[in-house]
Amino acid sequence: MEPIVKYDDVHKSFGDTHVLKGINLDIYPSEKIAIIGPSGSGKTTIIRLLMTLEEPTDGDIIVAGENLWKMEVGGKKKRANEKHLRSVRKDIGMVFQHFNLFPHKTILDNCVMPLVKVKKYKKKEAEEEARRMLDRVGLGDKYDAYPANLSGGQKQRVAMARALVMKPKIMLFDEVTSALDPELVGEVLEVIRDLAEHDEMAMVLVTHEMDFALEIADRVLFLDDGVIAESGTAEEVINQSENPRLQDFLKRFRNSSS
Amino acid sequence: MFENWVNILTYLSQGAWTTISIFLVAALFSFIMAFIAGLSRLSTNLLLRGFTAFYVEIFRGTSLIVQLFWLYYAVPMLFNIDLGSNWWVGVIAIGLNYGAYMSEVVRSSILSINKGQTEASIALNLSRFQRMRQVILPQALRLMLPEFGNYSIQILKGTALVSLIGLSDILYYGDIYRSSNLSEGPIAYFMVLIMYFIIALPLIWLSKKGEKIARKGVAS
Ligand SMILES: Nc1ncnc2c1ncn2[C@@H]1O[C@H](COP(=O)(O)OP(=O)(O)OP(=O)(O)O)[C@@H](O)[C@H]1O
Ligand SMILES: [Mg+2]
Repeated sequence: MEPIVKYDDVHKSFGDTHVLKGINLDIYPSEKIAIIGPSGSGKTTIIRLLMTLEEPTDGDIIVAGENLWKMEVGGKKKRANEKHLRSVRKDIGMVFQHFNLFPHKTILDNCVMPLVKVKKYKKKEAEEEARRMLDRVGLGDKYDAYPANLSGGQKQRVAMARALVMKPKIMLFDEVTSALDPELVGEVLEVIRDLAEHDEMAMVLVTHEMDFALEIADRVLFLDDGVIAESGTAEEVINQSENPRLQDFLKRFRNSSS
Repeated sequence: MFENWVNILTYLSQGAWTTISIFLVAALFSFIMAFIAGLSRLSTNLLLRGFTAFYVEIFRGTSLIVQLFWLYYAVPMLFNIDLGSNWWVGVIAIGLNYGAYMSEVVRSSILSINKGQTEASIALNLSRFQRMRQVILPQALRLMLPEFGNYSIQILKGTALVSLIGLSDILYYGDIYRSSNLSEGPIAYFMVLIMYFIIALPLIWLSKKGEKIARKGVAS
C-alpha cells in the first residue's frame, strides 16, 4: 500500500532554533498514529507543517503523491502558491488545542459555511450533513447556539464535527484535551475513540493522554530533540524500547500523572 | 427673542444641505478609502503596501485645511486637473483625509483578530478571500463600529472648513449673518453650534449603538 503522507528528511528552524532535524515518516491510509515526546520536542510543529500552517526549511512532504510545499512550473520546482496549497490540503483536517471556532456563527453555521464555500454544497445539503455530524458528536440539541454559550468539551466536539464534515483523508489532533477542565476530557476522548474505531481516515494525535494514545494508536512515535527517536506499536515503544531518554520521559510522565 | 432665534436658524438652514450633502458623500468616500487602504496595508504586495503607507502618512501628517487648499488651488494649476466643482474638492479632501485615519482602524481591527481564526480557516481550506470575507472581517467590523461612529462625527465637524473654499455651508451663512447684523454675532454663532449639534445627534446615537454591538463582542 502507498502511504498517503510522506515526510522526506524534513527540517524546520525558527530563526536560529533548529526544531525538526530530519523527519522521515510514512503515514498510511486509515493508520492511527500517536506522537509523544517532551515539551518543545517539535510535536506540534510536525503536524502544523502538514496543515500548511508552517513552511519547512528543508525537505519534502508528499500528500497523496503531490509535493505539498513545492510545485512544478515548466519542469522547475518552485515554492507552492496558494492555489497549489489549496489543491493539496483539501485532504487534510485539523483540530486545535484552543478550538478556534468562529464566534460570530452558530455551531451549525460553523460547519455549514466551509461546506458551502469550499466544497460548493447546496445550503440544504450542507445543513443536513452538518446536522448529521453534530448529532454524531452528541450536539444534536445545540445547532443554533453560539460557541460562547458552550462548555469547553462541547466546543471541542463542534470543532471536530466542523473538521469532519470536510471529509479529510487525514486528520490531525494537537493536544485537543489540554485546554479542558479534567471532567470534560472524557467526552472528547470518547468521540476520538469512536472515530478511531469506525472511521477510515488516517489520524495523527499529539497528546499528553498517554494511556488513551497507547490504547487507540496503531503506531506510536517518540519525538526527541527534533527527530523520531522511536517508532513502533504501543507495546514495542513502551515496553521493549531501551532508549534511556524514552524511559526517562515515561517515568517522569507516570510520576506527574499519578 | 425666541422669534429671532428661529429666524437665524431658518437663515442658517440655507447652508444645511451643503453641509449634509458634503458630509454624507465624504463619509461614504472615507469608509471606502479606509477599507481600500486598510486592506492594502495588509497585502503581501510590497509595492502596494509601500504606496498605501505613503498615502496614509502624508494625509495624517498634514492638516486638512492645507490639503483642502492644495486640492483647490495648487493641484488644478500644477497638474491641470479639474476636480469639477468646489463641492467635489471638499468631498475629496475630507474623504482622503479621514480615509487615511480610518484605514488605521481597519488595519488594527483586522490584526487584533486571534491568529487561531485564520489557522482554523486554513485548515478548512478556505481561500484567502473567503478567510477575510467569512471569518476575519465580520469579527473585525464589530471592533471598528465605535471608532467609525466617532470619526463620522469628526467628519461632520470637518465639513465646516469648506466655507474657506467658497462653499455656502452652515458656517458660511453664519458668517454672512453676523457681518450684516454685527450686534448679533454671539447669538448667530451659538445657533451655528446648535445646528451642527442637531445634525450630529443621529450620529451620536449611532455610535453609541455601535459601541454596544462591539461590547457584546465576539468572545469564543
Ligand atoms: N512560531 C514559532 N516561532 C519561534 N519558535 C517556535 C515557533 N513555534 C514553535 N517554536 C519553538 O519550536 C520548538 C518546538 O515547538 P513545538 O510547539 O512543536 O513543541 P511541542 O513538542 O509541541 O511542545 P509542547 O508539548 O509544549 O506542545 C519550541 O522550542 C518552540 O519554542
Ligand atoms: Mg505542542
